[in-house]
Amino acid sequence: MLNNIALIIGVTLMYSTPLIFTALGGVVSEKSGVVNIGLEGMMVIGAFIAATVGYYSGNPWLAFLAGGLAGAFFGLLHAIASVSFSADQVVSGIAINFLGPGVALFLSRIFFNGATMTKSIDLDNKMPRLLNGIFHKDSFLYYILDNQYATTYIAFILVFVIWYILKKTVLGLRLKAVGEHPAAADTLGINVFKIRYLAVITSGFLAGLGGATLSISVVSNFRPTLVSGQGFIALAAMIFGKWKPVGAMLACLLFGLAQGLVVFLGQFQIQIPSQFLNMLPYILTLIVLVAFVGKSVAPLADGIPYEKEQKH
Amino acid sequence: MKKNKVIKFFTESNKAFTLISILLGFIIGGLILWFSGFNPFTAYAVIFKGIFSKPSYISYTIIRSTPLILTGLSVAFAFRTGLFNIGAEGQYIVGSAAAALAGYYIQLPAVLLIPLVILIAIISSGIWGAIAGLLKSKYGIHEVISTIMLNWIALYLQNYITKIKGFAKPNSEASKFIQDAANITFFDNWKHSDKGMAWLNNHHFAKEILRTPANFGIIIAILCALLVWIILNKTTLGYKLRAVGFNKEAARYAGINIEKYMIISMFISGSLAGLAGALHVMGVSHNITNLSAMEGYGFDGIAVALIGSNAAFGTIWSGFLFGALKYGGTKIQPFMGAPSEIISIMIGTIVFFISMPNIIKISLNKILLKNKKRGEDVK
Repeated sequence: MLNNIALIIGVTLMYSTPLIFTALGGVVSEKSGVVNIGLEGMMVIGAFIAATVGYYSGNPWLAFLAGGLAGAFFGLLHAIASVSFSADQVVSGIAINFLGPGVALFLSRIFFNGATMTKSIDLDNKMPRLLNGIFHKDSFLYYILDNQYATTYIAFILVFVIWYILKKTVLGLRLKAVGEHPAAADTLGINVFKIRYLAVITSGFLAGLGGATLSISVVSNFRPTLVSGQGFIALAAMIFGKWKPVGAMLACLLFGLAQGLVVFLGQFQIQIPSQFLNMLPYILTLIVLVAFVGKSVAPLADGIPYEKEQKH
Repeated sequence: MKKNKVIKFFTESNKAFTLISILLGFIIGGLILWFSGFNPFTAYAVIFKGIFSKPSYISYTIIRSTPLILTGLSVAFAFRTGLFNIGAEGQYIVGSAAAALAGYYIQLPAVLLIPLVILIAIISSGIWGAIAGLLKSKYGIHEVISTIMLNWIALYLQNYITKIKGFAKPNSEASKFIQDAANITFFDNWKHSDKGMAWLNNHHFAKEILRTPANFGIIIAILCALLVWIILNKTTLGYKLRAVGFNKEAARYAGINIEKYMIISMFISGSLAGLAGALHVMGVSHNITNLSAMEGYGFDGIAVALIGSNAAFGTIWSGFLFGALKYGGTKIQPFMGAPSEIISIMIGTIVFFISMPNIIKISLNKILLKNKKRGEDVK
C-alpha cells in the first residue's frame, strides 16, 4: 500500500516537473502584462537544443542551460513583437508555436542527418539523480525520491524563488505594477518596456528549461511528439493557478497526480478501457475548474500593449 | 502627396500588410535556407513545380487545403465573436469520428446518407464546441483551458471508438471503411473498375486527377465560407454575435443575452471544424485511425484564420496558400535534402509579422523622431 502511494507520488513528480518550469514562465510573463501563448513553441526549442547540446557535449548542465537560453531567444522574439511593436500578443505567441517546432525540426534534420529524432544521450550523461542510492530499497522514500532527477528539485526551488521575487522584492513589485497599471508605473519612473522585456525573456528561459527537462531528464532524446501540447497544459495550469507561482505549481501537481493515477490504475486488470483512463487528467482538470475554481482574474493589463503617449 | 498615399496604403491597409508579411515570410525562409547551404531559388522552384506542374499535384493541393479552409473558418468565426477557439483540433476529431461511425452503420441510399452523415458530424462537433461555450458562460472557465482539455478528451475518445468491436478493422490500428453510399470521392468505384480504368487509360488528364482522392469537399468548404460571410454580415444573429465580440458589456447593455450567444458561437465554430473532419473521412481517408498525437488541422486553422484576417473569403485564400505550401514543401526533402520544416518557419514568420500591424508605423515614427532629435541637436 505504502509502496503504491510512493509510486503515485514518484510519477506525479516526474510528470509535473516540466509543467512547473513552463507554468512559472507563464506566470512571470503574464504578471508583467504580456500574454504568452507561445510557451509550447519555447518548450519545443528548449527540448531540442538541450538534447542536441547534451548529445554533443555530454554535459547535462550545459545542455539544461542551453535549452533555457534557446527558450529565452524565442522569448526575446515574443518581446520584440509584443513590447516594442505593440503586437497582438496572442497572435505573436501563435507564431512562436509555429517557429519553435519548425526551427527545432529544421535543425534536427541538419544536425542528425535528415532525422527528426535526435540521437540518444548516454544514460550517464543525463540529468543526475541527486539522491540515487541513498535510501534503502524497501523504504517509502526510495520510491519517491530515488528516481527523481535534479530538475525536479530545481523546479520546486524556482517556485519559491519566483514567489519570493514577486512577493518580497522591489523588482517583483515593479513587475506586478507594470502588469496592472502600466501607465501609473510609468509615471512613477518605472521603465515599462525594460521590465516587460526582462519578464518575457525570463519566461522563455523557464519554458526552455521545461522542455529541456523533458528531453534530458524524463527521456534521453528529442522527437517531434515529445512536447505535444504540454506547453498548453502548462498555460492552462497557470490560469488555473490564478496567475500565482504556488497556485500554478499546485495545478501542475494535480495534473501530474492524475497521470500518476493513470499509471497506477493501468497495472490492474480493470474493466475501464485504457483510453478512458488516459482522459482522466483532462476530465479531472475540467471538473476541478467547474467545482472549485470558477472565474480566474488575469492581471489587469494582461494582453494590452503599452504605448507611451506621444509628446508633441 | 503621392508619397503619403503610398505610405498610407502600406501602413493602414490590412490586405497590403498581409501581402508584405507573406513576402517577408518567403524572404526570411529563403535566407534561412541560404544560410543552411541550400539554394533558396531552387527550393522555391521545386515547391512551385510541386504544386502546379501536374494536374494531380493541383488536385492534392486542393485536397490538402480543404480541411484547412474549414478549420480556418472555424477559428475565424470564433475570433470575430470574441472567443479564441484552440479547440478546432478536438472538434475536427469529433466530426471525423462521428462521420466514420455514421457512414459505417447507417444504411441509406447515397442521396440521403451523405447529407445525414454530414449533419450528424456537424451536430456532434458543434456540441463539442458548445461545451466550451457553456463552461465559459456558466462557470467563467476560460475557453483556452477548456478547449485544450477537450482536444485531448476527443483524441482518446476517437482512439476508443476506433477499437470498438465490429467497427475496428481486425489486426490494425484503424476502423473499417465507410460504405460506398457515404463516399464523396469523385467516381471512387468506377475509377477502380475495369471499365473505368480502360477509359482513364485513354484520357490522361482525367486519369491524373482521379489518381488522387479528389472529392466534393472543396465545393462544400467554399459554400461554407459564403455562409459564414452571410451569417456574420447579413443576419441579425451575426450582428449580435459580432456585437458580443466587439464589446461584451456594451452588448449586454443593449439587451443581448451574451451567455447564449457565446454558446451559439462556439457551436457554429465547432461544427465548421467538425465538418472539416467529416469531409476528410468521407472524401479522403474513408476511415479513422488510432491517433498517437494531434494531427494539427485545428492548430493550422489558427494560422489560416490569422493570415486571412479572420474574414470569410480571406480564409479561403490563406487556406489555399497554407495547403499549397504544406503539400509543395514536402517535395524539397527528397529533391534537394532541404528540411521541409522550412514551411512551418515561413508560416510562423508570416504570422509573426501579421501580429504587428503597427510595425511600419512605429518604425517610421521612431526614425522620424530620431531625425527630429538630430535636427534639434544641430541647432
